Amino acid sequence: MNVTTAPQQNTRLNRILTVLRDVVSRPSGAIGLSLVVFHVVLALVSPLIVPYDYKAMNSAMMLTGPETAHWLGTDHLGRDVFTRVLLGGREALLVTGIATPIAVSWGGFVGIFFGLIGGRVDEVLMRVVDAFLSLPWILKMLVLIVTFGTGIEVLIPTLAFFYGIPVIRIARAATHDVVARDFVAASRARGHGRMTIIQRELLPNVLDTLMVEGAMRWSWMLLAFSSLSFLGFGVSPPTPDWGLMIADARGFMSFAPWGVLGPVIALSSLIIGINLTADALAKALGIDRAQKAPV
Amino acid sequence: MSTPLIDIRNISVGFTGKSGETLPVLRNIDLRVGEGESIGIVGESGSGKSTLALAAMGYLKRGLRLLNGAVAFQGQDMFAQSRRELEHIRGGELALIPQNSGQSLTPTLRIGAQLIEALRLHSDVPDAKHTAKAVELLGQVRLPDPDAIMTRFPHELSGGQQQRVAIAMALAGEPHALLLDEPTTGLDVTTQAHILELLRDIARARGMAMVYVSHDLGAIARVCDHVVVMYAGEVVLQGTTRQVLTAPVHPYARGLLASIPKLSDPRLPVALDGTPPAPGGAGAGCAFVDRCALAQDRCRSARPELTPQPGGEAVRCFFPEQADQISLAGTGAEPAKVAAADEPALRLEDLSISYSQPGVFDKILRRETARVMTVDGIEITVEKGETLGLVGESGSGKSTILKAVAGLLPPAGGQISVSGGAPLAREVEYRSADHLRKVQLIFQNPDDSLNPRHTIAEILEQPLKLYFGLGGDALYQRSAEILERVRLGAHYLDRLPSQLSGGEKQRVAIARAFAAEPELVLCDEVTSALDVSVQAAVLDLLNDLKATQGTTYVFVSHDLAVVRALSDRVAVLYQGRLCEIGPSASVYATPSHPYTEVLLDAVLEPDPDTAPTLSADDVVEMSPPARGCPFQRRCPRKIGAICDTDTPPWQQGKDGHAIRCHHAVAELSRLQGVQTKEQVS
Amino acid sequence: MLRMLIRRLFLGAVTVVIVSMIIFTGVEMLPGDACTAFLEREAQGKLLENCREAQGLNRTAAVRYFDWATSAAQGDLGVSANGSKSIAELVGNRLKNSLLLAACALALGVPLAIFLGVVAGLWRDRPVDLTVSTLAIFAMTIPEFVSATVLILVFSVWLGWLPGIVLTSANAPASAFFPEILLPVLVLTMVMTAHILRMVRSSVIEVMAGDYIQMATLKGVPYWRIVFRHALPNALLPAINVVALTIAWLLGGVVVIEVVFNYPGLGRMMIDAISDRDLPVVQAIALIVATVYVGVNLSADILTMIANPRLRTLHMRRG
Repeated sequence: MNVTTAPQQNTRLNRILTVLRDVVSRPSGAIGLSLVVFHVVLALVSPLIVPYDYKAMNSAMMLTGPETAHWLGTDHLGRDVFTRVLLGGREALLVTGIATPIAVSWGGFVGIFFGLIGGRVDEVLMRVVDAFLSLPWILKMLVLIVTFGTGIEVLIPTLAFFYGIPVIRIARAATHDVVARDFVAASRARGHGRMTIIQRELLPNVLDTLMVEGAMRWSWMLLAFSSLSFLGFGVSPPTPDWGLMIADARGFMSFAPWGVLGPVIALSSLIIGINLTADALAKALGIDRAQKAPV
Repeated sequence: MSTPLIDIRNISVGFTGKSGETLPVLRNIDLRVGEGESIGIVGESGSGKSTLALAAMGYLKRGLRLLNGAVAFQGQDMFAQSRRELEHIRGGELALIPQNSGQSLTPTLRIGAQLIEALRLHSDVPDAKHTAKAVELLGQVRLPDPDAIMTRFPHELSGGQQQRVAIAMALAGEPHALLLDEPTTGLDVTTQAHILELLRDIARARGMAMVYVSHDLGAIARVCDHVVVMYAGEVVLQGTTRQVLTAPVHPYARGLLASIPKLSDPRLPVALDGTPPAPGGAGAGCAFVDRCALAQDRCRSARPELTPQPGGEAVRCFFPEQADQISLAGTGAEPAKVAAADEPALRLEDLSISYSQPGVFDKILRRETARVMTVDGIEITVEKGETLGLVGESGSGKSTILKAVAGLLPPAGGQISVSGGAPLAREVEYRSADHLRKVQLIFQNPDDSLNPRHTIAEILEQPLKLYFGLGGDALYQRSAEILERVRLGAHYLDRLPSQLSGGEKQRVAIARAFAAEPELVLCDEVTSALDVSVQAAVLDLLNDLKATQGTTYVFVSHDLAVVRALSDRVAVLYQGRLCEIGPSASVYATPSHPYTEVLLDAVLEPDPDTAPTLSADDVVEMSPPARGCPFQRRCPRKIGAICDTDTPPWQQGKDGHAIRCHHAVAELSRLQGVQTKEQVS
Repeated sequence: MLRMLIRRLFLGAVTVVIVSMIIFTGVEMLPGDACTAFLEREAQGKLLENCREAQGLNRTAAVRYFDWATSAAQGDLGVSANGSKSIAELVGNRLKNSLLLAACALALGVPLAIFLGVVAGLWRDRPVDLTVSTLAIFAMTIPEFVSATVLILVFSVWLGWLPGIVLTSANAPASAFFPEILLPVLVLTMVMTAHILRMVRSSVIEVMAGDYIQMATLKGVPYWRIVFRHALPNALLPAINVVALTIAWLLGGVVVIEVVFNYPGLGRMMIDAISDRDLPVVQAIALIVATVYVGVNLSADILTMIANPRLRTLHMRRG
């Protein structure tokens, strides 16, 4: 039996609990986290609770206003908007939920690694990162989507790749702060290898930053995902998606404004929820996130 | 009696803790400062001394609030003033000289602009004469070339110059009183001595009152008539400088004095065990009770009042008459002597190190830029079990040498070898496991050298796993054993560094180094970040470990007294070049290298009867001269052109004492002897 | 300083070269080429072969990259695939329109953001700060097409105050875009103001907590003098870089808004070009946007260096 590990885990678990408590104790964290949890739970259970088939068209009931049978009315094809709003976040959450951890992991690792070794290789890498960042996100995304299609199997790696690049920068900057500290020098002087230093000394200290960064990447990815849908390059009909629904309903906005309100509120509340949570998390962890510019 | 200039009556200051309770930082402080008086406030970190000084200006840091009492300046209540009134008094009649002037000067404004602003706000000098007056002030604080300084930005000045600018700025309003918050902390000894002399002269000449806050009793002894000793937010002793420094009647003050290493005493200082209570942590009794050797039952149940003594001092203790049971000196341990001759544990041969690397552009253009050697020509042999002290001011390259030995900074030339004679690889990545284990490094600041995310167990298991492959129970046993050896219990294992006090953290860092069972331990300013009483305990621990393990130390410090207490031999460095090396007794006596002499003369002792001698400027040099003696530009004993052109020869004395100077040793003896006589007469 | 400047310029140039390689590779990856796009259904056999021959498309990728890069460096961006119009001319108009949109948004947003950021920072945790900060989170997180849609709904559909869509043609003079441009400017201003003000706020808070501000207070410097003379020159330095990023974003990343409002800027042209597989145009726009990004960031770095005495003399000493 290893006597030393049990209390260590407690120490770590305590920290997580303390941070979580801190997040929830802030109004922004409480509101944000409940919004996020609500959306995630909804995405999981919505297929079981929706009142209608999202594909069921009804040419007799197009663009009706809110009524008891259709709480949010129907769209231009007579489909129930409420049903589609409930289901409209699933695709987005699935894709970004998988792509975000991948983006943060690979970007974080590359950033930490090059932050540690520094020197000329690092210099060159940063130019490449700069080069990627200098291109508009939509151009990068579209080139790949147009080439390979809009399936999940394309969107996830594409988003994970492009959204990992700015993480490199953040992780590298955070690593530079840590690398200058004596405990890293102490580890080097003891003779530990690079991977041990990354894993034992750097990662635990960069993790906070990466977590906050991950939350932000998630919200930006959702933004990108729904923007693509909105522009017609994302989810293909008839799959319900908020971005797509807004795009469709916009045309009828002058006489059927309720069609946009449902997806607008759903999408905004999710993204705001994530951001409020990220804000509270950053404060709880003592990281100032406003200093970072969006990339 | 006229009203005192500063009248602090029964103030308490506190903040709100996490669970809503009020935690006091200052408790019932009474302090009066009269016209022209100079009062020293001394205490360790967390004693509330800086908070008190700022409270005297009616200022409390964010989060702190006044619980009770009042502060009056010239009869006006500072906490009841309007903002306009405060702006008038602060910087005008009552001026502050801050601890870190480098950070207290606005970085985007030139020195001239900042001085003129002070003049405009607080003096009657007409606008047209502001520039001339500012230049005059800079001259008064003995800054060379004041006109040039006017156009500089703060970061372009050295620490000593920044401090002088801060003093000039404080003088702009011709204040009645100066508050000084650790004004010389972090400066080199010579600079510190110069600044203190300047402050003394200015205060005398202008009849200004001074409140001097410091942890350094040596500095207080130099500039203050009265001393107030603070502990855990309370005044525990108050009296004249002579009373407090020569015969203090409070156990804490005595312990504090005994824990200061002194140049005159080659023994180790006496440690004051324990730590002060955290704010709100003092119980119903005396705040010092847990660390007091004389504590009795009464001390635990009742809080003593500050009571006047027959000699005129005031003390917060029930049994001041027993205080002299605590010795002020003499009970410190003898430094352990375990050196074995002719078995070198470390040998540096013609070691040179450079920080500058040839740039890309130089490479492209194939430009050969002469690399400036930060450290050059170091030849040192350290015997097994010996402690070598490395001393010098900032920029002397002492820490750089340690980094090179540890393999963190590849040397530009020369060789480093440890016991067994095999040379060490230049970079740590290429060293053998055996070499890695043999050489261990302890850093200055444990907050920086212990990973804040690791528990103490994880910190200690790193060397144990790496060098000995320990695991499971054996690992736990060994970790607990090692902690025991640095006088910490096994219950510390699952704590995080942030849950430990500064002294405890440094013990963990020491434990981590000794876990490797090293032959050579490199100590880089290991006590500089600690309070004196804690420093004494750490020195004592290092001495103990050396006695039991026979470890060899290379001990780097800017504090000459600390080095003296622990070292068998001492090497003096200036600008990365060796000036003098030899047994500590010889180095600390005459004859010495002129630089050693300057350093020793500038040391401040906590003794009102000694005064530093200022025999050289405190100019900070950015790089060593290209030719000749490295000390040529500041040397008070410079011969002439030969010092500028020729590298001085090593002159061997007895016991391996060597001085690198163009003066003959006999000549140095004569010069330094005469100097002392002149001073006495 | 001069040496630092040269170094920065050199690194900027390297970045642009890397970008051009990425763009070229990216476009190479796309299925089809200028000829398949131009010939559409007839793109097969001899016809396709001839077209490729004529366009020089059957040379190796490296040769074509070199050719493209060198002519782009000389300002010749080639001709579009479908017509034979000069890309420089096509893009020129759109760039002008994008600049107009960016300039309006910046003129409105930057002063507003700095003002609100400073106010929120100075009155930290007070009602003003909480209001401004909360609004900022909303403004920066709500997707642009959502806020655009809502604004159109309110101002155009319900109130009928402003036109909800731009009908002016791409080559019209700048003045012709008023008042159509107002709603897109409003949406852009909201988003960028939020980002900049958050940064300014935290920078002001950090500086105001600094030692030299405490010292200035204890030197008896009046509060507003401290704010304007001691704090703001330091607190606003980091704003330069954020404004630079914003400019880059305004010129290249506002595709969605241009589409929503039918604004004839670079972004919409890019989308259209991708849909039409007009590869030379895609390449040209990408290169222009990337160069602008590198350029403004470079300018911001240099500006910061000039404005910050610490950086200035540090580099002077080294150089």
